[in-house]
Amino acid sequence: MNMIEVNNVSMCFNMAKEKHESLKEYLLAAVKGKLQFEEFYALRDVSMHVEKGEFRGIVGLNGSGKSTLLKVISGVFKPTSGSVSVNGSVAPLIELGAGFDMDLTARENIYLNGTVLGLTPKYIDEKFDEIVEFSELREFLDVPLKNYSSGMVARIAFAIATITTPQVLIADEILSVGDFRFQEKCEERMHQLMSGGTTVLLVSHSIEQIERMCDKVTWLEKGRVKMDGDAAQVCAAYKSLGENNE
Amino acid sequence: MHMLKAYIKDFWRYRYLLQNLIGRDFKLKYRRSVLGVLWSVLNPLLMNIVMVLIFSSIFDMRGAGIENFSVYLLIGQLLFNFFSEGTGSAMSSMLSAAPLIKKVYIPKYIFPLERVCFALVNCLFSFIALILVMLFTGAKLHMTAFLALYPLLTLFVFTLGIGLILSAATVFFRDVMHLWGVFTTALMYFSAIFYDPAQMGDIVIAGHTMNMQSLIRFNPLYWYITGFRKTVLDGELLSVNMIWVCALCALIALTLGLIVFRRQQDKFVLHI
Repeated sequence: MNMIEVNNVSMCFNMAKEKHESLKEYLLAAVKGKLQFEEFYALRDVSMHVEKGEFRGIVGLNGSGKSTLLKVISGVFKPTSGSVSVNGSVAPLIELGAGFDMDLTARENIYLNGTVLGLTPKYIDEKFDEIVEFSELREFLDVPLKNYSSGMVARIAFAIATITTPQVLIADEILSVGDFRFQEKCEERMHQLMSGGTTVLLVSHSIEQIERMCDKVTWLEKGRVKMDGDAAQVCAAYKSLGENNE
Repeated sequence: MHMLKAYIKDFWRYRYLLQNLIGRDFKLKYRRSVLGVLWSVLNPLLMNIVMVLIFSSIFDMRGAGIENFSVYLLIGQLLFNFFSEGTGSAMSSMLSAAPLIKKVYIPKYIFPLERVCFALVNCLFSFIALILVMLFTGAKLHMTAFLALYPLLTLFVFTLGIGLILSAATVFFRDVMHLWGVFTTALMYFSAIFYDPAQMGDIVIAGHTMNMQSLIRFNPLYWYITGFRKTVLDGELLSVNMIWVCALCALIALTLGLIVFRRQQDKFVLHI
């Protein structure tokens, strides 16, 4: 069964040459006939099928559409054309700590962020200790998050997002934060999730990490799928790109 | 029907988020203030004293017909504040939710809804001030006061509808924020908060003579405030007109709000 179906998805952004943020500017431009937009396709006709329990990596240079693709899959963007279907609950880790309020304490943020991800307070109560244990930040629980370092924020965020067993975990460059010990811990947790049947989508610039962790890899270039297949093959091709340039 | 069911299911799933967001706003509002939540009661109380002093001694607009001017004024103030706070904060809700909705999928109406709910919570707290003023001025407590729930709830729906429209409009044109501030100020003077329209004479606008009493009937807020006063202050039942005008305005505002919001919401994330 395919867990994630992405069919011929294109995502077009209107890059307004001048941004009209006030009504007056907008009307003036409209009257003068200067209301032009430059269309920019972040994704063009992308198709991707991910099976249940698969660990799929996505690679590509900066601006190749990786993050846009993840956002389309997680429902943040609605594709301009094409269709996306995901059969199950999605835990998005697009950016760690996206739902955090920096003025609240870590304890309060765990509840807030948990409910952002659709968890019930009761469930968070039960798992609270586990979250704190994993993040190793027990003594800072009642400190406002604005006093945390970015690594500490990332720990809390990762701990909350992976506390459930989501059917799909979407991770964008998140393993690059934190020290190596925490990174190992995160990898371990992701493997744990996968043995529980979770499908994982991982974006990373660390090609070694992708090679090590993923079954299959999709390579995006300028919004199109350049290559799609076994991790070893695609990674080898992707790496040779770098060598050719040198 | 099918769509409605999906909507309700979606809402049910995110009810805790709504709860948590309201809790967050509440905590942040009173964090680091010594008196904390007491301000929700103190603030309207102090404002009321100021306004009563101004309008009963300095301007002397207090007509002989208004019995218990303090309570009359406070009811107007509280309901109007609820409306202006609710719509005003709902208006900027999408902008302040930007970091969140750019990263995670969340039904977007949660944010304006949360702001209006928060305004309602504040309003409910300030009713303690209303009870205090009523006790202090020796106003009679009527059983009909429970009926005040009707204008309050319909006002909530009305505010939510307007809030949805404003929040969607603000995403595309930030001008709305500035315009709305001016508009609510104008509306405040036109909502019979500190006067009784029956005592106002005719007003002349651009050469046309208009009767204040019939003109003010076009202001929905007038109906909510007057309905509330009638049950709490006068101890009377709501008139038939009040019942249908309150409901109709709420229904129209909410329907319009939902339509506008639904049609635009997928584009929000590209503009904030």
